[in-house]
Amino acid sequence: MISKLLQHLFKHIDAFLMACLFFALLVSLFVLYSASGQNIDRVYSQAVNMIVALAIMWGVANIPPQKLERIALVLYVIGVLLLIAVALFGAISHGARRWLNIGFTQIQPSELMRIAMPMMLAWYFSTREGKVSAANFIIAGMLLLVPVALIMKQPDLGTALLIASSGFYVLFLAGLSWKFLLGALVSLLGLMPVFWSMLHDYQRKRIEILFDPTQDPLGAGYHTIQAIIAIGSGGASGKGWLNGTQTQLDFLPERTTDFIFAVFSEEFGFLGNMLLLSLFTVIIMRGLMIASQAQSTFSRLLAGSITLNFFSYAFVNMGMVSGILPVVGVPLPLISYGGTSMVTLCLGFGILMSIHTHKNLVAN
Amino acid sequence: MGAELKNHLREQYHFKLRLGFAGLVVFSLFTVLAFRFSYLQLNQYNHYQTLAENNRISLVPIIPNRGLILDKNGVVLAHNFFAYTLEITPTKVDNLEDTITELGKLVEISALDRKRFKKFREQSHNFESIPIRTHLNEIEAAKFAVNHYRLPGVEIKSRLFRHYPLGKLGSHMVGYIGRINDKDLENLDKSGDLSNYKGSDHIGKSGLEQFYEKHLHGTTGFQQVEIDADGHAVRVLSSNAPIPGNNIILSADSKLQEIAETAFGEHRGALVAINPKTGEVLSYVSQPTFDPNLFVDGIDSENWKLLNDSLDKPLINRPLRGVYPPGSTFKPFVALAGLEAGKRTPPYSIQDPGFYTLPGSSHRYRDWKPSGHGSVDIQKAITVSCDTFFYGLAMELGIDNLTSFVRHFGFGRKSGIDLDNVNGKSENGGLLPTPEWKQRRFKQPWYPGETVIVGIGQGYTLVTPLQLAQATAILANNGVAMRPHLVNQIQDVKSGKSQLIAPFIQDKLDLNPNNIDIVKHGMMDVTLPGGTAASVGANAGYAIAAKTGTAQVIGIKQNEKYNEHGINERHRDHALFIAYAPAEDPKIALAVIVENGGHGGSVGGPIARKVMDYYLLGKLPATEAVKEDKKLNGNPAATTPIPEEELHD
Repeated sequence: MISKLLQHLFKHIDAFLMACLFFALLVSLFVLYSASGQNIDRVYSQAVNMIVALAIMWGVANIPPQKLERIALVLYVIGVLLLIAVALFGAISHGARRWLNIGFTQIQPSELMRIAMPMMLAWYFSTREGKVSAANFIIAGMLLLVPVALIMKQPDLGTALLIASSGFYVLFLAGLSWKFLLGALVSLLGLMPVFWSMLHDYQRKRIEILFDPTQDPLGAGYHTIQAIIAIGSGGASGKGWLNGTQTQLDFLPERTTDFIFAVFSEEFGFLGNMLLLSLFTVIIMRGLMIASQAQSTFSRLLAGSITLNFFSYAFVNMGMVSGILPVVGVPLPLISYGGTSMVTLCLGFGILMSIHTHKNLVAN
Repeated sequence: MGAELKNHLREQYHFKLRLGFAGLVVFSLFTVLAFRFSYLQLNQYNHYQTLAENNRISLVPIIPNRGLILDKNGVVLAHNFFAYTLEITPTKVDNLEDTITELGKLVEISALDRKRFKKFREQSHNFESIPIRTHLNEIEAAKFAVNHYRLPGVEIKSRLFRHYPLGKLGSHMVGYIGRINDKDLENLDKSGDLSNYKGSDHIGKSGLEQFYEKHLHGTTGFQQVEIDADGHAVRVLSSNAPIPGNNIILSADSKLQEIAETAFGEHRGALVAINPKTGEVLSYVSQPTFDPNLFVDGIDSENWKLLNDSLDKPLINRPLRGVYPPGSTFKPFVALAGLEAGKRTPPYSIQDPGFYTLPGSSHRYRDWKPSGHGSVDIQKAITVSCDTFFYGLAMELGIDNLTSFVRHFGFGRKSGIDLDNVNGKSENGGLLPTPEWKQRRFKQPWYPGETVIVGIGQGYTLVTPLQLAQATAILANNGVAMRPHLVNQIQDVKSGKSQLIAPFIQDKLDLNPNNIDIVKHGMMDVTLPGGTAASVGANAGYAIAAKTGTAQVIGIKQNEKYNEHGINERHRDHALFIAYAPAEDPKIALAVIVENGGHGGSVGGPIARKVMDYYLLGKLPATEAVKEDKKLNGNPAATTPIPEEELHD
């Protein structure tokens, strides 16, 4: 009886993906305990974030993809309107206009865009099933660029690039021609100087310091230098949980959020890093598998984009913490402290599960 | 329908192809990360491990306690005490002015403190912490501690402060410490002591504080401390205790020092007293003195101006650097030169007409007594300070013989005293003129007349009070020169063991005992009735051998009479007085110079007598008794007429 109830409750939860997520979230709580200076309150608060996120994931997993398809356009339009509202009335914090005050709380519309963007583009291509004409791609490109430009303007370069890439994944999976991709790559390289001139000073500085963090060892380069020292000094097997000197003695900045990977790396070493990379790889492979088995164009494109977007976050974060990418303020998915990103992330996984568990019903 | 399905399958095929491509990209980019991790964590592990250790481990110097300076009876002349000080590290502060203003609301910060801070800032690096307020009391320290979080870059430190409890007393001897400046750092670097001064702010700047710096400073200890990113110590990993500096114990007695300094009254001048048998310096006076406490944390400009611009020149270390013509105090040494050279033997005497002329010249070298001293032998020549006798003697000896002989008494060369003359730089060696020196100095030949006046300690001849005291000590010690030294013992604080400074023979003259006797008797007669300092010897209870002297500050023309009252006080003659006692078995030898004091016997003599009375008999100067005398008899000088001999020399 109870087992039947449980089976019913979790019939839309993908057990394999869920097991991977559980493992990653467990790691997150342990690393967070160490990173926060053994602050158990931080761990509790993150556990609450996780429970909320997982509940949302469960809810979304139970919504059939067809329904999601129907709300894609509405979600996208709301998202764009909110972004415009941010540009007009947004609250300024740390020199950027990212938040919108809606009376009882503040929201960050760019987070909504992380889901709305791939949904919108996946919906767009599904309505033009089979016809992958140049005109379609141009319209899709426009749909992609408007919100990205708005987010870039805030300015939030990291999020803008990641949302752009989540849209790009849809275009790519929908069959954007290789010739166009090659041409775009070449022209992107050609447009680099133009792009450079459009950047804010602090963004340029970040990029300059990426190539030479010693330029500003106490200022902008400090984050990277200390993170690299933490990772490097972790060695093969790490200094051990709660024993990372860089972490425990406050040398690592933002170590519960964007730089939590340095904490993990210092305490668990190369071995730990390989395990984490493997875990991420397994999650991504599972996601790609779900995408490949999905039955509608919308589900396919959406599942693929969500999975690849997860990869983007993981790669960019680990890349920036280990000093091969500029510091762009991107959290490490599943591990970093923070409620919003956790919710967005689990929302994505909920969609993946929904796509995977509803396909049999459709087939039936 | 079939075409549509085919289309559908083709779309799925293309989709899977692209998905596979994406998977490949994921895999290769994760491989890039894996390579990056292996590079950082496996390949470069040692490098980053070292960096992390350097991050977390800091060597914190522990400053040793500076050694004390004690007099021979253990009276403290320099010691340390703990006090709080507020220090600012300029690089850690956004707006220095605002921070200081904020601080000013918590604890009093005077304009003087600000000025001093500014001065230190100019002299030090921005990343060093610089004191803004010193000597905070407990309440101020607590007030700051509560508000510490609001003032990043400001720290409260408990520090050892140097203090000189006797203040002005003997300050030229004790000296002072001051903040380490760039030049000090350079010197420390050269001597290889720089690492021992990590954490030290102060260094000996003058006097014994400077000369015995190596002994007083001690060895800096170190603590290996784990620190966090803010530089706060989290825990101590290992610790290496500092070795406190040695105490130095003087041969001088602060009571004697006080008596000597008080004896000078308002006079400027110097006194050095030496134990002739050991070279121990018993008293070292330079008047006026200054308060060394003013210098420890940087002297403020007002006080500095006051000291530096004063006509009395209180900052000059007179015994060491003040040079004066020796005047008649030179005569015993000239006499001994004459005896040793065989130019004068005891029965020899002259008829003194009151002046001396060089053969073939009409220029008269006058005796201080215009009528002359009648028949004068060598012993009487010293006793009555007969100029005529020494004019002729100097002429017969010749300048080269004369100077090379008296050089053995320390004239014209540094004494080697343990004071200030680091690298032999600061002590003035005085001047014994020779024809070669004059040629070098003025490109002029030596004139016979110049030899004549060297015989009475005038002309180019210059001595320091220390040299004069040392010469007297050598004479008292029958020609054996002991190196003068202020410090008698160096005490290891931990073991309590003292290392005695052994007497060191600098020079030994083989003198004919008969000749020494003649000179010594001449000097003993000086303090007896008929001598130039008869009143100094009166009722002493021990025999004093002495010689008075007067050094001209301005030239007196031929036929002009020197009138003490008719000229500016600062142009008056310097009074000189040398003595040793007890004459038969000398225990103390001294030299006194009173600037613009007039006559050696009447001004320098009483000062010397007070010092000797206390040192030999433990007798305190009878200032109270003198006051009583004044009440009863008016001017005590009027009741005891001073014989004419004492008014001149």
